[in-house]
Amino acid sequence: METPIIRIKDLGKEFKTANGPVRALQDINLEVSAGEIFGIIGLSGAGKSTLVRCINYLEVPTEGDVFFEGQSMAAMTDAQRRMIRRSMGMIFQQFNLLAQRNVIRNVCFPLELTGVPKKEARQRAMELLKTVGLEDRAQAYPAQLSGGQKQRVAIARALATNPKVLLCDEATSALDPNTTKQILELLKEINQKLGVTVIVITHEMAVIEAICDRVAIIDQSRIAEVGAVSELFLNPRSAIGRKLIMGEAGEQAAGGDGSARNIRIIFDGRESTEPIISNMVLACSAPVNIMYAATRDIQGKAMGQMVVQLPEDADGAERVIDYLESIKIPYEEVNSYEA
Amino acid sequence: MKLDAVTINMLKTGIWESFYMTALSSLFAYIIGLPLGIILVVTDNGGIHPIPWLQKILGVVINLLRSVPFLILLFIALPLSKIVIGTRIGSPAIVIPLTIAAAPYVARVVESSFRELDAGVIEAAQSMGASTWQIIWKVLLPESKPSLLLGAALAVTTILSYSAMAGFTGGGGLGAIAINYGYYRYEPFLMWVSVVLLVVMVQIIQEAGNRLSRRSDKRIR
Repeated sequence: METPIIRIKDLGKEFKTANGPVRALQDINLEVSAGEIFGIIGLSGAGKSTLVRCINYLEVPTEGDVFFEGQSMAAMTDAQRRMIRRSMGMIFQQFNLLAQRNVIRNVCFPLELTGVPKKEARQRAMELLKTVGLEDRAQAYPAQLSGGQKQRVAIARALATNPKVLLCDEATSALDPNTTKQILELLKEINQKLGVTVIVITHEMAVIEAICDRVAIIDQSRIAEVGAVSELFLNPRSAIGRKLIMGEAGEQAAGGDGSARNIRIIFDGRESTEPIISNMVLACSAPVNIMYAATRDIQGKAMGQMVVQLPEDADGAERVIDYLESIKIPYEEVNSYEA
Repeated sequence: MKLDAVTINMLKTGIWESFYMTALSSLFAYIIGLPLGIILVVTDNGGIHPIPWLQKILGVVINLLRSVPFLILLFIALPLSKIVIGTRIGSPAIVIPLTIAAAPYVARVVESSFRELDAGVIEAAQSMGASTWQIIWKVLLPESKPSLLLGAALAVTTILSYSAMAGFTGGGGLGAIAINYGYYRYEPFLMWVSVVLLVVMVQIIQEAGNRLSRRSDKRIR
């Protein structure tokens, strides 16, 4: 197996505060392969922003190490880390553009830091602005741009030094759904065309579903689970994973009142022509109650999920389960997950 | 008391003396205070290059100097003027105590300008591999420019009003005229004329600062 572009090993971070130490990260082990789009999802306060800052050592971990292309970041001097950071672009929720510089000079900024001649830097900046579709706003100042445009400038700026990795810290959280979609498409395009490995930090499952190949769920400072996004959708192994997959409405439905068993049925697109629920009800001659249903777009593939309440009599419930087994529809029981 | 040619000449000299005392002191105060303000922000806990002990000591020294009333500082510092400039009376001698009083004030004013800057912008520069010096020169100073200019208007007007106390130690300027003629000789007319001229100077400096700040600020469009 080839060396992962980023390997996080036994990483931990503790902040010293006036009220004593606060644990932000614990026992983090992750490997990100070159060329993938890797998602890190968690609720606010889970530690994901700290984690992404540990990757480029904006935050220095208190335990463990990060390896970039096999090189230990912990062993590096500050100057060496600054060099490595040029191979890792970063974009932010609040864009963090230089307000007193116009668009082109913002994009030139990282090149200025490395001493690229002005003319060459401008040329490269114009190319990048073309990539993000903003070549006509080169002379505008950030205050004159919309949120989506600002993030495009930030992306162009982050790409200026030809990084191998792009770290995205809640990059779409300040944007409306439509703009979010466009920015995510742009990130995907950059990943495919330029071969840049993208690490996406978010609290929104929709972002993960839209562009990520693999995902790590972080909960209470630890990694709850890691795996392919489609795998997580089919079979979440952690309580937090299920919560993120089903959303709040789904979770409430699955919780029910405890009197009956609930199961979550997953549709991966093959069954779209087959009326599964109707057939199931007819075949089992047992009524089921649909508690929740939703369709998700996972990397362009429609995946549906439904929470249904099984018949209250044990016989009927068994028949439904047997039916699902016989037609090979993935399902899982969700009552027991009450965390 | 009328505004005859002699009085007008005296007032003209007064305006010039007030102007150059303020301008020179402001210049020196910024030469000392601006780097101090940068050090205060950069070496602070959570700053871009934390050196907490230096930050603390500097903070204490600045507070100490700022808590001495200017009139007292004026008398304490005059022997220093004698050493540096060769005289302890007259307008040039005032520049030394004015600078000593104004530099820590300027340090605090520029410090607060730097603190207004969004920490995210500095973090972005760090994520691009910027060094401490690069962040100071290419982010901290240019991004704070509009706020620094507003702060400069505040600092310079304060220095102008301090300079008006020069009259107590044999210095010149409009303040001295107001004190010597208006207060000691009981000529309220001349006192009021000097005060009005000082007010006009303050207005001009403040307005200039506001305009420069607004014109340089790319956030407003």
